[in-house]
Amino acid sequence: MTALLRIALRSAWNRRLTLGLTAAAIALATTLLLGVERARSGAREAFASSVSGTDLIVGARASPVQLLLASVFRVGEPAAEMSWRSYEAIAAHPAVAWSLPLSFGDSHRGFPVLGTVPAYFERYRHGAGTALRMKAGRAFSGTLDGLYEAVVGAEVAGRPGHRLNDSIVLAHGGGEFAHSEHSDKPFRIVGILERTGTPVDRTVFVSLAAVEAVHLEWAGGAPLPGVSIPAEFARKFDLAPKRISAMLVGLKNRAAALRVQRFVNDFRAEALTAVLPGVALDELWQVVGVAERTLLAVSALVVAVGLAGLAAVVLAGLDARRRELAILRSVGAGPRHIVALLAAEGTMVTLAGMAAGLLLLAAGALTLGPQIEARYGLALALQAPAGGEWRLLGAVLATGIVASVLPGWRAYSLSLADGLTPRL
Amino acid sequence: MDQRVRGAASLNRAPAAAGDAAAGIAQAIELSAVRFRWRAQRSPCLSIAHFALASGERVFLHGESGSGKSTLLNLIAGVLLPEAGSLRVLDQELARLSGSARDRLRADHIGFVFQQFNLIPYLSVMENVLLALRFSPRRAARAGGGSRARAAEVARLLASLDLDPALQTRTAAELSVGQQQRVAVARALIGSPEIVIADEPTSSLDAVRQQAFMELLLEECGRAHAALLFVSHDLRLARHFGRCVAMADINLAEAGS
Ligand SMILES: Nc1ncnc2c1ncn2[C@@H]1O[C@H](COP(=O)(O)OP(=O)(O)OP(=O)(O)O)[C@@H](O)[C@H]1O
Ligand SMILES: [Mg+2]
Repeated sequence: MTALLRIALRSAWNRRLTLGLTAAAIALATTLLLGVERARSGAREAFASSVSGTDLIVGARASPVQLLLASVFRVGEPAAEMSWRSYEAIAAHPAVAWSLPLSFGDSHRGFPVLGTVPAYFERYRHGAGTALRMKAGRAFSGTLDGLYEAVVGAEVAGRPGHRLNDSIVLAHGGGEFAHSEHSDKPFRIVGILERTGTPVDRTVFVSLAAVEAVHLEWAGGAPLPGVSIPAEFARKFDLAPKRISAMLVGLKNRAAALRVQRFVNDFRAEALTAVLPGVALDELWQVVGVAERTLLAVSALVVAVGLAGLAAVVLAGLDARRRELAILRSVGAGPRHIVALLAAEGTMVTLAGMAAGLLLLAAGALTLGPQIEARYGLALALQAPAGGEWRLLGAVLATGIVASVLPGWRAYSLSLADGLTPRL
Repeated sequence: MDQRVRGAASLNRAPAAAGDAAAGIAQAIELSAVRFRWRAQRSPCLSIAHFALASGERVFLHGESGSGKSTLLNLIAGVLLPEAGSLRVLDQELARLSGSARDRLRADHIGFVFQQFNLIPYLSVMENVLLALRFSPRRAARAGGGSRARAAEVARLLASLDLDPALQTRTAAELSVGQQQRVAVARALIGSPEIVIADEPTSSLDAVRQQAFMELLLEECGRAHAALLFVSHDLRLARHFGRCVAMADINLAEAGS
């Protein structure tokens, strides 16, 4: 058998150009397939990681997915705001261990700005319950003195190259309108967070009072004409928050989740929604699942095209190899050896293609991974294939073997018809 | 393909054991009342009442093109099966062996030289010769135990066939046709098979080369005590052989039908 394998290797090497191109096609297809799978599972992991420590998300009445996306992933905007009174009422519920008010809407160079309380940095959990850690500096103080202090995520610090004590300017909304910067009230960076692989990395954190302060002279998304309140002067105003965007809730006991959820959903003063993050995520994946499966199916088709190409190339080369097969027959190879030879060849090309595909994926993760993570928050780190990927690789290999048996079968019938004297 | 495979009842799966006793066997090849028909054709291609090759004997088999010489060799090789009659190779009735047993019998006991394109072009000369041992542990053992002993045996054979030792590492595609044919002889002889079958091995050589080739082939077969069945339509080569057989004499089927 090893003898046969050696012959298969030499024979394949002799036709390395065509087989190499075929292997390259298989490699690209494998990269695509695994890339899609990795992005898919990576997205799921990142999303699940971002809400791992939160028991409930509360906001104005909206669909659970919308609330989840807006409050945790800073995607889209919540339907409406909720009042500070409601926040206090829910925070005071006996089953609630902690709660974090969230106020968003502004941005800094495309990064979302989140108004919250200093406790955020102690309470928020990601991954398998990991707390946030400061890479440098400290949390914003939350006092009037530290009104214009900001903490930035690793990505915010990394890409524009901000350092501690740098001054940054917030923009109203997503920064898409001209002349809508809060340039009269610059913020000082007092803390930089460690990387988490969650939307925290892309967030600028300020106090709730700061959000009020920068919007003092604003109404309805536009600055009031002729009104200008200097930064220092803003401290004299009432900066207590009146409305927030949403709140994260931690419970003393997770078993109380449904009870608190009902309490919020039946809230009398205003229409609110409480969302169990896991349930909302499931709902999100159901929506996204169709697209995911379509992408995977397209990638699988690309793999099938690559493997069909393999079968075609090997089949096309067979006629020129009838002499070779007859020689092998004359020295004692049986038809089963001929089938094995061809099957081994196809399998080797498939394996080579898959290996190259994995290398390509690793190279992609190394070179493009950081950019993708920065832009989409998708961690495509260099890693060994995980469970689902092994299954895909196995399927590619199995299909490759099936695709190689086809020329093997053709060679079998050729060698039976030819015997030792091929007719060309 | 059915007439070749279906008839092979897999009764006897131990041809190798008989091979070692081959020294005591009188007939290397024996056919009686053998009939063979290509699937597509109505009349038989071969119908041979009797033909035998004694062990160590050299026979020149001639016949015009299309008379069924190559077909007969395929039958002896166990690649085709007769539809009737008895075909024995080293006392083994081929029809009673399984397909893989026939492959094994061929690997262990028969060396082949064809008209041309005997070698696998991308393998070196050395590897081409060693190919004959890949499917036969018995011949591998006879050619010498380890890989060095085998390489030495290849070198000895190539040298006695008048081939430059420097050629061993070249790929087969770099050889002249005459050199290729001699390498093919080395492959047919390595591991001392009992039977060597040559199917027009000289037809692509010029007259001078033919003469030299015939002498080397006969000498080496004699040294290895191998029976030689030499097939050609070139009657001038008959003088090298003690016995000449015409296809027309043994084949009762109408040639070319
Ligand atoms: N694979 C095949 N399928 C069908 N018919 C075949 C096949 N091979 C040979 N034949 C037929 O069998 C007959 C004998 O062919 P064969 O090749 O044995 O002749 P040959 O004596 O070797 O001729 P040559 O001297 O030209 O090599 C021919 O009529 C040929 O058409
Ligand atoms: Mg012929």
